[in-house]
Amino acid sequence: MRTRSGTRALLASGLALVMLATACTGAGEVTDGADADLDIAPGVTDDSVVIGSHQPLTGPAAPGYLAVSQGAAAVFDYVNAQGGVNGREIDYRVEDDAYDPSQTIDVTRQLVIEDEIFAMVGGLGTPTHSGVLDYLNEEGVPDVFPSSGALAWNNTEEHPLTYGWQTDYTKEAKIQGEYIAENFPDQNVGYLYQNDDIGEDSQAGLDQYLSDAVVAREHYESEVPDLSSQIAEMENSGAEVVVCSCIPTFTALAMLEAARIGYEPQWVVSSIGGDTATLQALLAEFTEGSDAEDVPADAFLDEMLITSYMPRVEDEEDDWGQFFIAIYDEYGDGDGAALTNTHIFGMTQAVMFAQVLKSAGEDLTRQALIDALETQEWQGPGYTPFSSSEGDHGGHQGVYVVQYEAGGNIEMVQEARVTDREGGPIEETDFERLSPEELPFHD
Amino acid sequence: MTSPTTQREERPAASGAGTTPPRTPGTSRWGALPLPARHLLLAALGLAAVTGLLFATGDLTALRIAAVGYTMLAIAGLQLLVGGSGQVSLGHGAFMMIGAYSMALLVLHQPTLPIVANLGIIVLVSIVAGVAVGAATARLHGPYLAGATLILAVGLPGLTHRYHDFLGGSNGLNIRTAGVPPFLDGLVTTSEWRTLVVWTTVVVGLALLATVSAGRLGRRMRAIRDDETAASMAGIPVGKTKVVAFVIASAAGGLAGGLQAYVLGTVTPSSFTLVLSLTLLAALVLGGIGSLWGALWASVAIVYLEIWATDLARSLNMTRDAENNLPIVFFGIVLILVLRFWPLGVHGALQNLRARLRARSNSS
Repeated sequence: MRTRSGTRALLASGLALVMLATACTGAGEVTDGADADLDIAPGVTDDSVVIGSHQPLTGPAAPGYLAVSQGAAAVFDYVNAQGGVNGREIDYRVEDDAYDPSQTIDVTRQLVIEDEIFAMVGGLGTPTHSGVLDYLNEEGVPDVFPSSGALAWNNTEEHPLTYGWQTDYTKEAKIQGEYIAENFPDQNVGYLYQNDDIGEDSQAGLDQYLSDAVVAREHYESEVPDLSSQIAEMENSGAEVVVCSCIPTFTALAMLEAARIGYEPQWVVSSIGGDTATLQALLAEFTEGSDAEDVPADAFLDEMLITSYMPRVEDEEDDWGQFFIAIYDEYGDGDGAALTNTHIFGMTQAVMFAQVLKSAGEDLTRQALIDALETQEWQGPGYTPFSSSEGDHGGHQGVYVVQYEAGGNIEMVQEARVTDREGGPIEETDFERLSPEELPFHD
Repeated sequence: MTSPTTQREERPAASGAGTTPPRTPGTSRWGALPLPARHLLLAALGLAAVTGLLFATGDLTALRIAAVGYTMLAIAGLQLLVGGSGQVSLGHGAFMMIGAYSMALLVLHQPTLPIVANLGIIVLVSIVAGVAVGAATARLHGPYLAGATLILAVGLPGLTHRYHDFLGGSNGLNIRTAGVPPFLDGLVTTSEWRTLVVWTTVVVGLALLATVSAGRLGRRMRAIRDDETAASMAGIPVGKTKVVAFVIASAAGGLAGGLQAYVLGTVTPSSFTLVLSLTLLAALVLGGIGSLWGALWASVAIVYLEIWATDLARSLNMTRDAENNLPIVFFGIVLILVLRFWPLGVHGALQNLRARLRARSNSS
């Protein structure tokens, strides 16, 4: 009895599966559908425009990146207080994805379907944003300035509506490589990198200038907060310069571990892990209750070289930095936390988005926004030229180099230079920024 | 999905209420149908219900309904293993990971294979993995088995870092799958189509699980669960049956993972941590460990409790730290309350209610 009915069940389910099969072509054979209609303006009324973002507001990534959306929100509040952009207030909606790609997909759909956002602005994270890249482009939602330096954002063929923002990891690493080769000739170099696209893309850039000098390549996994073996290996290999392509937590861990074993290399830190205010807070937290408790966090950071492309909060002569401090005092969410360069990251993005929204004009449609992006002549707040033109959505084109001194001073040791992500040359630039008063980004 | 397990629990509940009404289905036409046919009919009904639900709700809900679907399949497999054969697995999420990565790799490297072939291959891969693990762990009992499967949940995500180029490291793999077939274009959206594919697979899988559970194999498993020595004296091959239960559960888990990858289009190691395995088990206990129906409540709880808790936290305007932890606390409290008042989970509570209603209508 059982055998017979079992066979029948198998037959029936087989039949169902065959029916399913006939309805499917190859699961991976994606046919490109018709282009989404861009002459529409969801989320736009006469006096407001709704934009959205996915950010890690909770979970393990939140302490490092919460500041991005806080900074952006403060700038949008400021813009709205000035009368908005072309008479419209910016309604900035941030959804929490906890840095979990499956949640990113859910909240992004919520933003697009329920909130009917006009554009996605500054969606944060490589693994998270990768999961919604196709969806946003298929739905015709402009995907402006993802907060990550992955090379994937600059692919105008497949993702025409995605516009990169951060200087990508390869460009940044090329300029780091050249700087080290020129300023620390004949010194041994070690790479410390996160074992994902950050490490991969950074090495591609560094190797163009340092392939003869490199003596150690050590990686870490972002899930494992321990660098003891990597740093010990670094010291054994005799690396005198260590390039850290790391997120802030691991920059801090690396410096702490090196100090513990008495290893003092010259640190060169990428923009993603070189926010000194965040590093100080992390170092203070990590040393709490240990032998090094009395050592000021600043001491670890002394003489560190940092590459960046944004205004910096430590720089008193940077009018954008001072402007952002003033805005954050007034419009920040008032939890007493000091302004960090991670806030500045979100604030710079917000200013640039408001600027392009202004350029898009009174008759706002998605197409108008895209046209404005493609033709915008960028003049800050970043320190480097910015590309968002047809065929190149690469964002910031290069970085400058600064050196930090314990006590809070930073010194510009190399002005901004630009390059490409292939084997092209590194060039100086005569880029001029406009001041906050001159740059049109609100009414 | 009416399995003997369900009936077994119904009887004490009903007799506890006094009069035991004679069960009528045996005489009806429904009862005359062979069990697999009944399960398949129920499955078709379930699929029809989901389709109706899909058309009644929007595109956003489609993805969540799909999530309920594949989570339910994974938990149903776990139910067969834990509730059926009495083995505890803390590594069920690892099998979902195997399925999900298989799906991603198949779509990336063999894009011409249709989805159903992919799902078939995933079942085979999961069976192989299940045999390997099950054979190694069949001699282990209780906490030792739990410990061994724990290794799997903790260790497997590490493989993605070890084989970084092939498995994508912590950024995982992204895939694009074909959307609505041309002849349905305009009738259903891409996400609705994917949800339907998921649920078709899920109901077929559930019908198979229910049939297995109701058949000889299910009886053997329950005999082993209740008393291994007695089962072995009755001539039941204990080790073999346990391995088979483990393999079926891994196949269900793998298939669920494959469906998840198909719907989300992205797989990362961070989605398949130990937390997932523990959540699946906790949710199963919440939903009701004795019946496949428990898997339904469990998956609804997993998908929706967090969304509700987040909305709740937001509407209460709580601080960030509170909002951060509220979903977990909420889940914990619900779990404790349900188990305090209904030890057989949500499904047990519903059965209890039904038995009481029946008793009342009989006595009046």
